[in-house]
Amino acid sequence: MHPAFSVIFLTTLIGVGQGLFLALFTGQSYAAVELVPSQDSTTFYGLGGLIALMFLVGGLIASFFHLGRPERAWRSAAMWRTSWLSREVIVLPVLMGLIFVYTVMHYFGLDTVLYTSKTGTTLQLSLIVGALGVLATFLLFICTGMIYAAIKFLQEWACALTPINYLLLGTASGFTLAAVFASSNAPELLGLYGNWAIIITAVAFVTRGGSLIRNSRIKAKSTLQTAIGIRHTKIQQKAMGMQGGSMNTRDFFHHKTAAFIKIIKWSFMILVFPIPIILLWAGMNAESTSVLLGAFIIQYVGLIAERWFFFAQANHPQNLYYQTT
Amino acid sequence: MTQLALVIDLNVCVGCHACVTSCKEWNTSGPAGFMTDENPYGKDPTGTFFNRVQTYEIGEFPKTETVHFPKSCLHCEDAPCVPVCPTGASYKRKEDGIVLVDYDKCIGCRYCTWACPYGAREIDEQQKVMKKCTLCVDRIYDESLPEAERKPACVLACPTSARLFGDVHDPESEVSVQIREEGGYQLMPEWGTNPSNHYLPRRKTRMHIHEDELQRADNPLKKEQRGPSAPVEGTTLDDSTSW
Repeated sequence: MHPAFSVIFLTTLIGVGQGLFLALFTGQSYAAVELVPSQDSTTFYGLGGLIALMFLVGGLIASFFHLGRPERAWRSAAMWRTSWLSREVIVLPVLMGLIFVYTVMHYFGLDTVLYTSKTGTTLQLSLIVGALGVLATFLLFICTGMIYAAIKFLQEWACALTPINYLLLGTASGFTLAAVFASSNAPELLGLYGNWAIIITAVAFVTRGGSLIRNSRIKAKSTLQTAIGIRHTKIQQKAMGMQGGSMNTRDFFHHKTAAFIKIIKWSFMILVFPIPIILLWAGMNAESTSVLLGAFIIQYVGLIAERWFFFAQANHPQNLYYQTT
Repeated sequence: MTQLALVIDLNVCVGCHACVTSCKEWNTSGPAGFMTDENPYGKDPTGTFFNRVQTYEIGEFPKTETVHFPKSCLHCEDAPCVPVCPTGASYKRKEDGIVLVDYDKCIGCRYCTWACPYGAREIDEQQKVMKKCTLCVDRIYDESLPEAERKPACVLACPTSARLFGDVHDPESEVSVQIREEGGYQLMPEWGTNPSNHYLPRRKTRMHIHEDELQRADNPLKKEQRGPSAPVEGTTLDDSTSW
């Protein structure tokens, strides 16, 4: 497939936003049961929620550049019964709304205690809103991943590893950003976020590596023989039916050399996984915001390369009809 | 249930592109608006087409055969492009099985092109909506046309009658008979899309001359091992009488 930067930025940016929100909620729920010290509502949860929201808004804006007719985007919520894209279009604003409410409750101190146990543990309203937000976050990861995994003849995508990778890579980048944020606004939580970021990044390394191994062994179901229905081992295309190309020759192929693809693959495998893990570890030990920020930026750049590769690697069966591109 | 479709006879197609041009002419002049052409007289002309003819060479020289392969939307019975559409712009008509795009609802997100294994859909680069073969839905039901002309433009244009149009669910229709009797097949059957359009394969026209036809095997004289008798020596009856 031709990697479209609008979709690359959409999926990577909302991944960071979703992951950061999961991290914030993790911090708050750990604090609620007194596993970690509780943080200031305004400067930590409020501000953190705002940052997560900004990433989601950024992703939403990027998505509009993918549409031919963005003014009709509202129509895309119609077919949620059958289309994962439609489901994503519904879940994304729902999640943004929940994070907005969560952020406002924290920032303006509108949170209330719903229940206090005998030991003094409190259940706050923001935790309920946050839990709904977490549910929406997971739904959104599933929707985003299933948009790709649901197309059965894109064999590189049609696999359970696709939504799992979206979930883990987004969460890893979000927790890395949470570590950066904690190092400046809540140093007590740096260990929590940093360690989780390292763990999730390491797990994502396994699942993304797994999908690379799986994809390198794929045997294409469709061949030129099944595409045109002629049984002969030697078939050569002489004319594609057009002179100056068409959408079929532009939108379904990356138009890059095999060497370039290989470089991108190895760059993302290094930029997304080992370097951020080392920098997270170093940044946590040195309590250095700039080192942690470096970890986040490098991981995000790596994720852009990862997403580019994700699209470029998928070989659409329609390319069989366009042998000379 | 009706399922309108095309049957394309690869044995007859000569690759003249008349179906391509007549399709473009009819559909660019239709009520749905023009079909974009970019750079039509320039170096790299490109544009929106519903139908294209490709050419393949089968085999290795000198044992080769050229196959011209017209390709358009196959109006799949289980069309994968329809359920993925987020707006419902892409739909399959219940009454005749034609897969259509509502150009007023399409947001141009291209998800349906990902979901079509045949690459039958093209985005119109100026109108920014998805377009594809409509089986000339604005023509086949037009009662102001003579009945013989209520067929897709490509079918009418084909000089060799390589394109047949009809209901593939009616077992007695011309298209069904052709599929059944001439070995009609579907493209990429492995994905279960069940395309309605079928292709008829190349058929070799061979003359079969059996030895029997040159020399009668059942000649009774041969059967009895009795050839013509040898000439007789001396005078015969024929020599002494004149009839």
